[in-house]
Amino acid sequence: MKITSSVSLLAIGAVLLAGTAQADKWSDQFPHIKNSGDIPGQCSYEAMSKKDYSGQKLTINTHAVPVMGEPTALHAEQFSALTGAEVKVIHTPAGDLYSKAMIPFQAGQTPYDIVFGFSNFLRDWKQYLQPIPAKYVNMKQMQDVTQGHIDVNSWGGEMIQFPIDGDRHYLKYRKDVIDNPEYQAKYKTETGNELRIPQTWKEYAEMAEFFNGWDWDNDGELEYGSAEVMKKDDLMYAAFFSRSVAYSKNPRVKGGFFFDLETMEPLINGPGFVAALTDWVEATKYVPPGGMNFGLGDEINSFGGGQTLFSYSWDDAFVAAMQDDSPIKNKVGAAPLPGSDRVWNRLSGAWEDTYNQAPYIVWGWTAAVAKESKNHDMAFDYLCFFANDANHQADIAIGRFGVNPFRKSDFLPEIYVKNQGWDPEIAQQYSETLLEMEEGSTNLVFPLRVPGVFQFNSAVATGTAKALAGQLSPQEALDEVAVEWKKIVKRIGADTVREAYAIGVALEDSE
Amino acid sequence: MNFKHKYMFLLPGLLVLLAILIFPIGFTVRLSLSSWDSFYPGLDFIGLENYVRLFTDDSRFWEAFGRLSLLSLTTVFLQYIIGFSLALLVWKEIRFQRLFRVLFLIPMMTTPVIMTVVWRTVFHESLGPVNDFFSLFGMQPLWLSSEVLSKFTVILVEVWQWTPFMFLLLLAGLLSLPKEPYLAASIDGAGPVRTFIYVTFPLMAPISIGAIIIRLIEASKIMDTVYVLTSGGPGTSTETSSFYIFIKGLREFQFGYSAALSITYLIIMIISFTVIAKILVKLMVRGE
Repeated sequence: MKITSSVSLLAIGAVLLAGTAQADKWSDQFPHIKNSGDIPGQCSYEAMSKKDYSGQKLTINTHAVPVMGEPTALHAEQFSALTGAEVKVIHTPAGDLYSKAMIPFQAGQTPYDIVFGFSNFLRDWKQYLQPIPAKYVNMKQMQDVTQGHIDVNSWGGEMIQFPIDGDRHYLKYRKDVIDNPEYQAKYKTETGNELRIPQTWKEYAEMAEFFNGWDWDNDGELEYGSAEVMKKDDLMYAAFFSRSVAYSKNPRVKGGFFFDLETMEPLINGPGFVAALTDWVEATKYVPPGGMNFGLGDEINSFGGGQTLFSYSWDDAFVAAMQDDSPIKNKVGAAPLPGSDRVWNRLSGAWEDTYNQAPYIVWGWTAAVAKESKNHDMAFDYLCFFANDANHQADIAIGRFGVNPFRKSDFLPEIYVKNQGWDPEIAQQYSETLLEMEEGSTNLVFPLRVPGVFQFNSAVATGTAKALAGQLSPQEALDEVAVEWKKIVKRIGADTVREAYAIGVALEDSE
Repeated sequence: MNFKHKYMFLLPGLLVLLAILIFPIGFTVRLSLSSWDSFYPGLDFIGLENYVRLFTDDSRFWEAFGRLSLLSLTTVFLQYIIGFSLALLVWKEIRFQRLFRVLFLIPMMTTPVIMTVVWRTVFHESLGPVNDFFSLFGMQPLWLSSEVLSKFTVILVEVWQWTPFMFLLLLAGLLSLPKEPYLAASIDGAGPVRTFIYVTFPLMAPISIGAIIIRLIEASKIMDTVYVLTSGGPGTSTETSSFYIFIKGLREFQFGYSAALSITYLIIMIISFTVIAKILVKLMVRGE
């Protein structure tokens, strides 16, 4: 499988690189694609210029600038110039994206033709969205999307959201420190252990503690162990799940990571999750001052600004660290999330003392067309144009855009070396890490996509936040979450939740 | 003009009242009797189920309510003390009186959310200027991530933002006071302290009560400061009732339940403010 993948990647890469740096009339008019020029395709600049949407209006609800909001507005402007359409872009804070679309959906209103949101909104939104027409699903551009991200945007085999971004949580580390022979020797002398890319969360904690609170990069500032998303309700539950997968996702146990699919009993307070939360509480000792109040933006700024040794979560911190204006450009590395040296088996009710690692294919940005929109053709053309090859190549090079790799061709290190000036070794490691997560692992965890997903995630955020703040012990906190989850399942209906959860479990168990 | 014509003239006002007050409250009451959420949209009827859940199975709401009481009473008390002091300062003729009056009002004129973002940056524990200063003395207080200090930070931002409102009302009150009692006090030989205790403060009592109640009503809705500064954290240590209702309604999309929370909250507030106003009248006006 790997050989086949590599050959296909090389072929795709050759095609893409052949098109690179081809200045053309479109790149003259739209400097955003100056590196690649227009790339032929169903939704290329050339193809869009032949459409005429003059006199028609498209309304889009998207995230605030810059993350996803900036590329939405930029591509709206380009789309408008090419097709004559009037495109109105409304920017909304992340926390309100769900409700701002859901309220009119439920009221039978259609204020937006296109809604941007997170891919885990899918179960709640799907009845209000127009499935992607076959001509887009089957086009060449879509064939390049990885299966994992096709799955993330589909429900029961039908693609409903348009893939525009790909996300997963992975480890980011300071390569200049971990690979530094002096620090390796110092670490060995003082701890007796090897300084290397952490293979387990235990190693992660040991190294983070060792490098916490001193100026290890000689910039006159103190550095710290780890930057993490710990701010209550600010995506912290996703960070917690990243820490949990190694302890709780047992490849030999099928039938659910968050719930036991048969009984719909929550597994969230099982020993694996408790071990992860115990680690996380310990992590409060090696985050920067105030790290317990870090949201995603803080995490990006902290690691991207060179303040910490480690970080994990979405791509943004890594891309920020590798931008031209970053003080640590080409000094960072990417690796899979740490694993653990034991994994909980809920069937036997015992720990298995074996190394375990599980990638967390966390939700990411996506966009969809409202079912009741009167402008389906134009709306799908806009999304297709947003994600065309030329725009996509340019977008993933800009950290603040929030557009991350989700296509097979994105995993070619040459692109990052050529277009973004990355060190070839780092580009290689980055591409391999991401590709391995998508295609190499058989122990994937997909995000929870069930009715009332926000209620479940909110309960996790509240419980884990109480543990981090010392209000409850990890076990007490997760017991509280489990009780809350049971109530939510009861309110919504166990069969309804099970039916939705089974789709995610099928993806995990088929790996 | 006959009897019916009188009502015709009242009709526009009544319709506006109906549209902006009666209908929203009525709709919220109806919503609170439904299970409307993200999965079951619609006004079904589940009786008092949401209220039963609130009173028997939601300690988080009551904990948030306790925190709200602490935060609002503390902030309004501080705002009253500081606002009154500032008003007294610029009440009499002093140099740059007008400049000071405008300066003291600036915080109130700024947008709360934007200013809270600024405060969040200022108090950022590892990147903010406040801790840059404290680090000179080897300290790094956790303004936003310590259970105790985070409450202090929320109070500080609220006091900064809304003391000018108290200042404005109290200054207006001071400027409208009659001169005669002061002449009498002066003839009797009262000094500034005695004049304040026996003349100014009693005369200002009705205005003070009004200002305190208005600010208490506003402070009890504290939401944006908490949302931006701490998101209710660390843990739930700065989570207030309005923020909790926001989470249930607009984050978790439990419309029916959050409506029940809102109605309960409204009733508690009406009762509380009536009691507080009566106590204040007893203490400040009647001196009992």
